[in-house]
Amino acid sequence: MVEQYTSNIPFLAVAVSLGIVPLILLSSRWPNIREGWTIAASVVKFGLVLSLLPDALANKAASIEILEISPGITLALKADPLGVFFALIASGLWVFTSFYSIGYVRGLDEHKQTRYFASFAVCLSATIGIAFSANLLTFLIFYEILTVATYPLVIHKETPVAISAGRKYLVYTLTAGVVLIAALGWTYQLKGSLDFVPGGLLDGVDVPQGTMTMLFLLFLCGVGVKAGIMPLHSWLPAAMAAPTPVSALLHAVAVVKSGVFGVMRVVGFVFGPGVMLKFGLNDILLAFAGGTILLASILALREDNLKRRLAYSTVGHLSYIVLGAALLSPGSFTGGLLHIATHATMKITLFFCAGAIYVNVHKENISELDGIGKAMPWTMAAFTIGALGLAGIPPVNGFSSKWLLAGGALEVGNTVALTILLVSGLLNAGYFFPIIYRAFFKPSAQFEKYREASPLMVMPILVTGLLSVLFGIWPNLFLRFYDLSSMIAMSVFGGFHR
Amino acid sequence: MIEHNLPVLVPLILLFGALSTSLLGSWKRALAYPLALASVAAALVIAVLGLRQTISAGAIRYYLGGWAAPIGIEYVLDPLSAFMLTVVLAVAVLVFVHARTVVAAELQGRTVPFYAVALLLLTGFSGIVMAGDLFNLYVFLEISSLAGYALIAVGEKPSPVAAFRYLLVGTIGASFYLLGVGFIYIMTGSLNIADVAKILPALVREPPVLVGLIFIVVGLAIKMALFPLHGWLPDAYTYAPSSSSALIAPIGTKIGAYVLLRILFFTFEPAAVRDTLPVADIILGLSLGGILFGSIMAIAQKELKRMLAYSSVAQIGYIGLGIGLANPLGFVGAVLHVLNHAFMKGGLFLVAGNLRLQIGHSTISGFDDSLRKAMPWTMAAFALFSLSMIGIPPTAGFFSKWYLVLAGFENSNWIAIVVILASSLLNAVYFFRILEKVYLKSSKKGEGTDSNLPRKEVNTSMLAPTIVLAVGLLVLGVLNAVIVTEIIVLMIPSGL
Repeated sequence: MVEQYTSNIPFLAVAVSLGIVPLILLSSRWPNIREGWTIAASVVKFGLVLSLLPDALANKAASIEILEISPGITLALKADPLGVFFALIASGLWVFTSFYSIGYVRGLDEHKQTRYFASFAVCLSATIGIAFSANLLTFLIFYEILTVATYPLVIHKETPVAISAGRKYLVYTLTAGVVLIAALGWTYQLKGSLDFVPGGLLDGVDVPQGTMTMLFLLFLCGVGVKAGIMPLHSWLPAAMAAPTPVSALLHAVAVVKSGVFGVMRVVGFVFGPGVMLKFGLNDILLAFAGGTILLASILALREDNLKRRLAYSTVGHLSYIVLGAALLSPGSFTGGLLHIATHATMKITLFFCAGAIYVNVHKENISELDGIGKAMPWTMAAFTIGALGLAGIPPVNGFSSKWLLAGGALEVGNTVALTILLVSGLLNAGYFFPIIYRAFFKPSAQFEKYREASPLMVMPILVTGLLSVLFGIWPNLFLRFYDLSSMIAMSVFGGFHR
Repeated sequence: MIEHNLPVLVPLILLFGALSTSLLGSWKRALAYPLALASVAAALVIAVLGLRQTISAGAIRYYLGGWAAPIGIEYVLDPLSAFMLTVVLAVAVLVFVHARTVVAAELQGRTVPFYAVALLLLTGFSGIVMAGDLFNLYVFLEISSLAGYALIAVGEKPSPVAAFRYLLVGTIGASFYLLGVGFIYIMTGSLNIADVAKILPALVREPPVLVGLIFIVVGLAIKMALFPLHGWLPDAYTYAPSSSSALIAPIGTKIGAYVLLRILFFTFEPAAVRDTLPVADIILGLSLGGILFGSIMAIAQKELKRMLAYSSVAQIGYIGLGIGLANPLGFVGAVLHVLNHAFMKGGLFLVAGNLRLQIGHSTISGFDDSLRKAMPWTMAAFALFSLSMIGIPPTAGFFSKWYLVLAGFENSNWIAIVVILASSLLNAVYFFRILEKVYLKSSKKGEGTDSNLPRKEVNTSMLAPTIVLAVGLLVLGVLNAVIVTEIIVLMIPSGL
């Protein structure tokens, strides 16, 4: 059982990036000062989250009740192991993305940079808020703020394509938001509480099969849009109209991972493995996750636009995590959680690479990238690492999470899930390796006069690429991701027997 | 002693404010505005004091001339009426602050009568809210209605027609109410609400009482523009002067909703209108229709004020829905939405006023990002109002929706839940359509704009109320639990 103590740190970790928004707006005329705020906030935020790690590992949760937001329900933050885990990933990668963003927007001389950095900061506050939410209503509030704060980033370019992507994004996410409200209302009606409880808030609630299934589908629809579960995914490829750093952090880490984080919370902390199994909800989730993994990988094969291919790859990999939750074994749950971290470092690397290529040579399509490896060897080397990892090849970290997922599938004797994972690995290779082949082995002179992009962009690429390898060899390095994941799985599955 | 007299002070201050504004104003025109503003502000102070008093010590009753009820005329300030009074006057003060520039520009030479009549309108509203007897309530209803017709009729060219239509329909509504009260009086022999409430339970199945109730509900449904009796509203709100619509739209229809609450839950018993007679269910059904109809019509509108008017039809549906669900959470949702919507709609009409003054129109197709550049603060406030209308937390609009959804689950009324949630998506459609234009549609120089108009941010006296309402929505949202547990819970009628 997690021991709680009162602390302001979770609140500060949420608030710090919201607090700099006015400063960003006020210093819009001095870009260096403005970006200084972003960098400072990202470092402070990561530091605050990091300071919560030792206690989380000791099963002590810093928590704070801010105020009563609805009679009987408080706006409360709690840095439990799962929250700290997700917050570490999001805030850690924000540091890199902040540097990268500066290189990107200045390299392209983007318009409305102030709005861009301000929205980014709000998004990160919302993401950390989601991570630390102690109950569903708090979760919903930050979830909706994230929806709205991401919109200006999706439409940033203000082209007709971007505007229609923005509309699509709003239609999907706002609908999901209201469905989630219904799910919350119903849960509150059934249980009289909205707190996250390891092992399941609804554990032991006696309702008919139909009610439980319907409630689960509402939750699944509510968090499934951001998690890109098919058929709710199609906003994500469209949202690639956003600038690449947005795609990198928000559409590979913060927003979509908020969705899968929501799935983890719903499965492990709202329904709980007991209820999931008893009402056969895990089979529903398995079907959606398995279908999404395969279909997304196949759709990725036929995309020529690099970012859209990465987007479909993201859709597929998000469902790895969902699959990990659906298998209902401690091993697969651990693997799914670990995949949140590993996919984050790999996919952000790939998006960073795509952005660097775009800023440098203004190419977006894979078929135009012949010989790019010669001009940008470091970038493409990092790309290769990320691609290998996503295909599940050791020693990159994608292997470790996939290994745990596969082990979890065997643990419960689910060979279908195992097969899906293996086939998906092949499909991943199928859509990534041609890019590497074109970059390094297809001779072309078109990029002869180009060099690497600005160091502000290349350094983050190299660091995240390197981290992908290091975390692959030592999953417990620095941030103890593996220990955290297995702790969370233990807390969820502690009282659960098949 | 002053506490004891609080109920009667508010309408008196407003009434004398109206009289002295017109008298002193015709002597020295410059006196009219400060006098009117001071009257409303004073009334607000007393209302707030009254609210505090009723929360701590319960209802305050005042007997006019010292004649005890049920013979004499009673004024009651209970938590519900004190809350309504505070909301009405708070919005009114902000609109009055905003009105100084707008009224001077739109109603040149007619500022004195405008303020005098506006004060009469508020006199009527405050009287309705505090009347402890059914007939007095009717008198104040007519005072406010007559003032309302006048305030609307001084607007744009088609406004007298709109006002005349409102007058006809409104008079029918008021007459229906009076007829209904007549039937109740025949059966109970009393007009005092507290007295009638004691006598009615035994008579609830008598046909005359039923007929009376139907007349009253239909009459009030017209006054509060409950679908499908909303026909008078869109034209009236659209063509009225900016300050009139900003004054009437956020609070006018809510007063009708208040009277409905008073009749259904405090004069009749909740059980009577919920279980014995299907009144609550009928209101529920009409409200659901109104929410969908209003939202869809709002999407189809080309003019901002008209869009807001149809949106009001939908929002009245939210309040009707809370009443119709007839459970405590629904009551909380309805009352909270009276407050939240007063802030949202008031703010939105102020924005419309700002636009009309600065760019000469509020036609949606004419919006582009030059508006954002010229009026960044007004547009930022508009964005916040929009988010609240859509119901994005932590703005106030989310929480009205939240309580209504909970109330829907309480009654297992799936249709209500689906309609509330679908409506917030429809709201998103018509508000994001404008936000997209204001923030993303690049302007073309010299296209359809009147170069004589300033096209810059409005002055402080107009901007401040707009911003106060916008920020207020965040405050109300975050502090909604305080409002609910400290104030609204006290109002929930017994037996609900």
